[in-house]
Amino acid sequence: MKRFVYADNAATTPVSPVVLGKMTEVLTDVYGNPSSIYSKGREAAVLLAEARAKIAGAIGATEREIFFTSGGSEADNWAIKGAAEVMAKKGKKHIITTAFEHHAVLHCTQKLEKNGFDVTYLPVNSDGVVKLDDFTAALREDTGLVTIMMANNEIGTVQPISEIGKICREKGILLHTDAVQAMGHIPINVADLSVDMLSVSGHKLHAAKGVGFLYIRRGVRIANLMDGGAQESMRRAGTENTASIAGMAAAVEDAVAHMDERHSKILAMRERLIDEVLKIERSRLNGSRTERLPGNANFCFEGIEGESLLLMLDNLGVCASSGSACTSGSLDPSHVLLAIGLPHEIAHGSLRISLDYTNTEENVDYILEILPTIVRKLRDMSPLWDRIIGSQK
Amino acid sequence: MYSAKVMDHFANPRNVGELADANGVGEVGNPRCGDIMRMYLKIENGIIEDVRFKTFGCGAAVATSSMATELVKGKSLEDALLVTNKAVMDALDGLPPAKIHCSVLAEQAIKAALWDYYTNIGVDPKPILGEIESDCHGCCGTEGCGV
Repeated sequence: MKRFVYADNAATTPVSPVVLGKMTEVLTDVYGNPSSIYSKGREAAVLLAEARAKIAGAIGATEREIFFTSGGSEADNWAIKGAAEVMAKKGKKHIITTAFEHHAVLHCTQKLEKNGFDVTYLPVNSDGVVKLDDFTAALREDTGLVTIMMANNEIGTVQPISEIGKICREKGILLHTDAVQAMGHIPINVADLSVDMLSVSGHKLHAAKGVGFLYIRRGVRIANLMDGGAQESMRRAGTENTASIAGMAAAVEDAVAHMDERHSKILAMRERLIDEVLKIERSRLNGSRTERLPGNANFCFEGIEGESLLLMLDNLGVCASSGSACTSGSLDPSHVLLAIGLPHEIAHGSLRISLDYTNTEENVDYILEILPTIVRKLRDMSPLWDRIIGSQK
Repeated sequence: MYSAKVMDHFANPRNVGELADANGVGEVGNPRCGDIMRMYLKIENGIIEDVRFKTFGCGAAVATSSMATELVKGKSLEDALLVTNKAVMDALDGLPPAKIHCSVLAEQAIKAALWDYYTNIGVDPKPILGEIESDCHGCCGTEGCGV
């Protein structure tokens, strides 16, 4: 039988049994519209309130600070565009972000630049972490919004959000963080982080696709992105995706309850994977080994190209990812790998393996069994590898 | 996104490797853009008797190289010149739009090897082959990598 290993949990995760059970129950029985006045509607409204309370509790927020969205991208778009609209009215035109944000953030700030905003894209160091000095140096009188991811989606590196948060709070600057990758994997407390807004996606933690939320700190006003009905305290229109929301709440509750034990298990697998993969000559780990999400391993192999590597892994039943050009439809290598200072020719050969608690040591064994052979096979047919080895001689 | 033929030529590439007795060798592409193709031709009496390739690149780069070698193998030089990027693409049942440049690279790799062959036998290749785009021509959508 062909073996199968799903090792792309940073891309998405399978819906867990607990989430599926909850969603099935809601889809079957709790089909009322939460805005309806009758009991069937009220039942759905109660369900939503429970979900909101669970999620708020998991991040140290209150129910009134949680707003359900269609996912992480909508939450990012809303936070950034909504804050920018309010900023502009106050005469503030400057936004600070980083060079290696997710495109849901970068494409928003690029659009705002076209509309007259100034955006500073902070560099990151070779470990994939923003330096506080660079951040403080970028602050201006008219800085109105800072948006920096909690953990990077390609290399998993964790950013110093609480330090940045303290500075922002002192100066009265709004801070948004994209916590899509971090949620459920490392502890998140909005008060400790001093964030004003925080984006989360459900499908990265075993909930369904198409659901997420934005935390907006009480008292923080941002413009609406979605206009229409009075849902979500009149701030996000559209009938709530009740089944997915209830599922996401169950997923968040489950992730937080088991975080410590899963963290140890995942970390042990990941560390072994890194130790063994780095035995392949001319390979490297991208991003800090310690300041990163437990399940993330991102490698570069000189002389080969990422998409070829992924296709060969897929042929042998392993799902992984690459920051390579080819996967995104653009021909540029990963903006994240370029941001940490890798040259183009090396950045083309990247591989992201993202493990989670559903993976096993046997999964790691299998990856380690096939990966070196695939790398060798691709290098054997690579004229670039010939050059690298030739110049070494 | 890839056709079954592309996947087949990627997973089981034809004519991979080097030719020790090649009399025409050409290389196109560059590492910055993420693809390099090197073609080896063994030409006797105006016929491509044997061909090999080595490629650094994505799945489409490998598949187009492989298909290009299949299309020129055993052909006369005149016929080999008719192997265009479109012929390579058609033989692979098409390519995604972002990958069309791979087929261009494959055509250019064959031409670069032929250029080397003509030069080796003392024939000016330019009137036969025209210009070869052996390097980056802005495929990444920017002004090009200038390599």
